[in-house]
Amino acid sequence: MIELRNITKTYESDEMKTPVLKGITFTIKDGDFVAIMGPSGSGKSTLMHILGALDSASTGQYLLDGKNISDFTEDQLSDIRREKIGFVFQAFNLLPRATVLRNVMLPLIYAETPVKEREKIAGRALLSTGMPEDRWNHHSNQISGGQMQRVAIARALVNNPSLILADEPTGNLDSKTGNIVLGTFQRLNKEEGRTIILITHELDVAEHADRILHLKDGLIVKDSLHHTKRIIKMNDYDAD
Amino acid sequence: MMLTDLLIETYSAVTMNKARSGLTMLGIVIGIASVIAMISIGQGAQQSISNSIQSIGSNLVIIVPGAQKPGQFSSGRGSAQSLKMGDADAIQKEISGVQAVSPESSKRYQVTAKGKNTNTTVVGAGAAYTTVHNLEIEEGNFFTDTQVKSQAKVAILGPTTRNDLFGAGASVVGQTVRINKINFKIIGVAKSKGGSGFANPDDQIYVPVSVQIHFLSGSEYLSSISVQAQSQDQLVPVQNGITALLMQRHNIKNPDLSDFTAVNQADIVAAASSVTGIFTLLLAAIASISLLVGGIGIMNMMLTTVTERTREIGLRKAIGATRSDISFQFLAEAILLTFTGGGIGVLLGIGIATVVSSAFGIPTTVAMSSILLAFGVSSGIGIVFGYYPAQRAAKLNPIEALRYE
Ligand SMILES: Nc1ncnc2c1ncn2[C@@H]1O[C@H](COP(=O)(O)OP(=O)(O)O)[C@@H](O)[C@H]1O
Ligand SMILES: [Mg+2]
Repeated sequence: MIELRNITKTYESDEMKTPVLKGITFTIKDGDFVAIMGPSGSGKSTLMHILGALDSASTGQYLLDGKNISDFTEDQLSDIRREKIGFVFQAFNLLPRATVLRNVMLPLIYAETPVKEREKIAGRALLSTGMPEDRWNHHSNQISGGQMQRVAIARALVNNPSLILADEPTGNLDSKTGNIVLGTFQRLNKEEGRTIILITHELDVAEHADRILHLKDGLIVKDSLHHTKRIIKMNDYDAD
Repeated sequence: MMLTDLLIETYSAVTMNKARSGLTMLGIVIGIASVIAMISIGQGAQQSISNSIQSIGSNLVIIVPGAQKPGQFSSGRGSAQSLKMGDADAIQKEISGVQAVSPESSKRYQVTAKGKNTNTTVVGAGAAYTTVHNLEIEEGNFFTDTQVKSQAKVAILGPTTRNDLFGAGASVVGQTVRINKINFKIIGVAKSKGGSGFANPDDQIYVPVSVQIHFLSGSEYLSSISVQAQSQDQLVPVQNGITALLMQRHNIKNPDLSDFTAVNQADIVAAASSVTGIFTLLLAAIASISLLVGGIGIMNMMLTTVTERTREIGLRKAIGATRSDISFQFLAEAILLTFTGGGIGVLLGIGIATVVSSAFGIPTTVAMSSILLAFGVSSGIGIVFGYYPAQRAAKLNPIEALRYE
């Protein structure tokens, strides 16, 4: 459960104040699949950083699973990220010279998961993103872009987070591989009940979610709840 | 983060760029190796100097003519003439705690035997010389007190002198040697003391001191008196007794104006080892500079690594790494480099020390303490020079780090 109450964010540098978020209030329930949509520069990434406990809001309250994390210390925020949040980035951010499996197991190092269980957990995550098993021991720079993003999603899943945040996850992918990634999110949401927040500037990407929050100039201008317009049938892409 | 994970992450990061890690490590290798080698050579020199001082005898007080002027190099010492046989006899009679007294008068002469000739040191000595200087006889005997008193023209050859004049290993007892045109009967050959160079104790001839005074040098003055104390504890009392006795005999009131110098062996050893100690320290200090340069190399590499891996650091933070996770990881990388470098450096340093000692004949001793010190110092360098880069990595803002191109 995510609750934002009048969140603002102003970047301050050398007497320059840039107000980016100007009072954001919304609630996202567990198991929701929400898209945050808005033009470039509207503050989407800034909002995602706050939602993901990578950054703190200037004012306002952020309650994650009932805990007000607005005024947590940096190390407390690390704990929140480790325990509750999985990130998927536009640029994938995989360790290039490590294998697929090692990339996925990376968060387990910081969670101090027993070594014996790690491979099993990582394998399960990779399977649920549809990553073919014969690629698990490839280096992560030897696989395709779509596969890289699936590895990144698997990495976001291993700590069993209550929230998955994806910032323009299809931005670096062609439409076909982009659809595979979006289909993966849909399946994780429908079949595993994961809460997913998808950030995008494209309507046809946002329409894969059940709800769209429209962000403009640091404010939510429209909150549209609808039945998903686009459903990806993963079977179409299993050959990938 | 668990220790095993820290070690695995560190190992894989360091081996990621093997050439760079290796070259950076080389700085530490060279630094540690030179410190180890320099200390080994210095301590070896110290050991060999104190050994050679010990080899002239034990518990000795040595009296030489000439004044001792503190803080000043006395050029006159040895050439001054003030010690006589009477002084040696008086020491023997009047000082308690004395084991043996050996008056000595040395001079170089042309020596011939069987048509071969050589120029060597002829030591006029008392019968106690063998006791005082630990001189052992290989063949025949040393001369006795009676032979000294009767001014017998007998000689004991050093092994090198024997080899030079008669050939290696020749049996020479009973043969004749001509020193400064006077014939001496050879009654013994000394055992080798080992040694080489200018003051080779093996290249000497020993004759009774009375013969040296009356037939060879024609001078009644001694070049030194060596006195052996009965024990280590007696060394200083004997030295003080001799100083007082000789001042009285030479009619000297002011110790600053005395015409002889009595030093004890312990002081000589101490003085020599303080000189070689300073020498060792100096060598080590010079070598430490290369260690410092190596440490700066580590810091430079770590800063580069932190910059290159900014995005990776951002990602690790995003997936839950704390500041201390990040800073330990980079610190561990620096320590792994310096510790491994230190290990290789110790081996290389021992290698250099061994080569130096076999190539130049300088004995070296590799002390365990200097090896442990080297490991301690190299890890310390890792911590000191890795700390700042690690802090820089730990303090990176994850958002900016992820955005870094
Ligand atoms: N660290 C920062 N310092 C100052 N301004 C920033 C910073 N990060 C983002 N901004 C500004 O905030 C605004 C919103 O940025 P962002 O949240 O990245 O937008 P979006 O992801 O919607 O494109 C932009 O005008 C951007 O220049
Ligand atoms: Mg953005």
